[in-house]
Amino acid sequence: MLPRMKTRQKVLVLYLANSALDAPVIAWAVYDGTGQTLHMAGDDDTPPYATGLDALKDGWRLFQASQLLPHARGEEHDVAYLKYEFFFEQLVEVAP
Amino acid sequence: MSLPLLSSLDMARFTARGFLRFDGVVPDAINQAFLEEAGSFGAPGGRIRKVYGEALAASSIPEVPAGTPLAQAYPEGSALKALTELPLFQGVVRSLLGADPIFDHHFLHVTLPPAYHQAAGGEAVSQHTHQDSTVDPRLSFDVQVMYYPHEVTRPMGGTRFIPGTHLRKVSEVALGRYQNIRGQQHMVCPAGTLLFLHHGVWHGGGVNHADRTRSMFKIRMRASGRQTRCWDTADLKRPNGQRPIYFIKGAPDPDTVEAILMAPEPWFEQDTGRLEMINRVKLWRYLTEDPDWDVDYWMTRLEGVH
Repeated sequence: MLPRMKTRQKVLVLYLANSALDAPVIAWAVYDGTGQTLHMAGDDDTPPYATGLDALKDGWRLFQASQLLPHARGEEHDVAYLKYEFFFEQLVEVAP
Repeated sequence: MSLPLLSSLDMARFTARGFLRFDGVVPDAINQAFLEEAGSFGAPGGRIRKVYGEALAASSIPEVPAGTPLAQAYPEGSALKALTELPLFQGVVRSLLGADPIFDHHFLHVTLPPAYHQAAGGEAVSQHTHQDSTVDPRLSFDVQVMYYPHEVTRPMGGTRFIPGTHLRKVSEVALGRYQNIRGQQHMVCPAGTLLFLHHGVWHGGGVNHADRTRSMFKIRMRASGRQTRCWDTADLKRPNGQRPIYFIKGAPDPDTVEAILMAPEPWFEQDTGRLEMINRVKLWRYLTEDPDWDVDYWMTRLEGVH
């Protein structure tokens, strides 16, 4: 009898230049739940995809996108965290 | 002695990008003396924190209370005294912070080779990107100098920083999720390099894949009084009116305060990139003590002053 495969999640986080999924990637992160690769801050100077749409075309499944929020009065010109955050996943089967 | 002060264009670059880098400017005698005073790390083995703590304790770099005048922070004859008395060091600090800067803190950042992490049962990883201290809503700023006493190669990692992030009001490592950001830079540099940073620049230590330790010494300083118009303002000119925007028939001269302050970074979002420009104008107004200064009509349009 074949051993039952386990499912693990790979997560790709893309930060885009605006709220459209086909906007250019300006920042990114990868977390590999299979443990096969280790990604960390500063490990790549080239984005894995040009746009969020390119990630979809490559099989990544979008599961969360940041909301568009109104600007607090008096703080309209403040800048803080990157605004256009998109979480993608791939489910990968690994040997037990 | 007259100090080599920064020019207005240098100040505009710092205002826009949050850093000024000077490669190989510290004499080798100071670099070697500093490395000797900093001491060395023991052989791999044991917890990283313990190895680090023992090395700091054995170092001859002094503990210095926050709030000490920088001029009194280091003993005569020490490498750090010599470093902080270099004309270039003093000229940049005077330009950015004014006279008599105050010491905040310093730290010896050492990034250990993989053997130390393996011996401790861990894995060598880079430091999460962060902004130092805590949420800081000031327009005024502190300066952090990063001193690289030996050559840093790319396999050694180097300090990673993202130009132009200094005006973002964030909470320390809350942004650690951003592994990579377009335009990030890695401090690969010759011995004796100085990197002067606005306190808000996002940065982190790169992982060291080489077989020798990487050392960087950081000193944070603040102004003791006025920090505005402290550079060489001889070249500071107020333009005669605004320059044309959007419909222009050629590339503007890049070596003007206006062009430097309006140059975007690769990571800018399309909408908040405009807010970055507005915040640069606000910082330039503060530095020049010119509350009406503007470029490309960003503030004038919002203030309704016509």
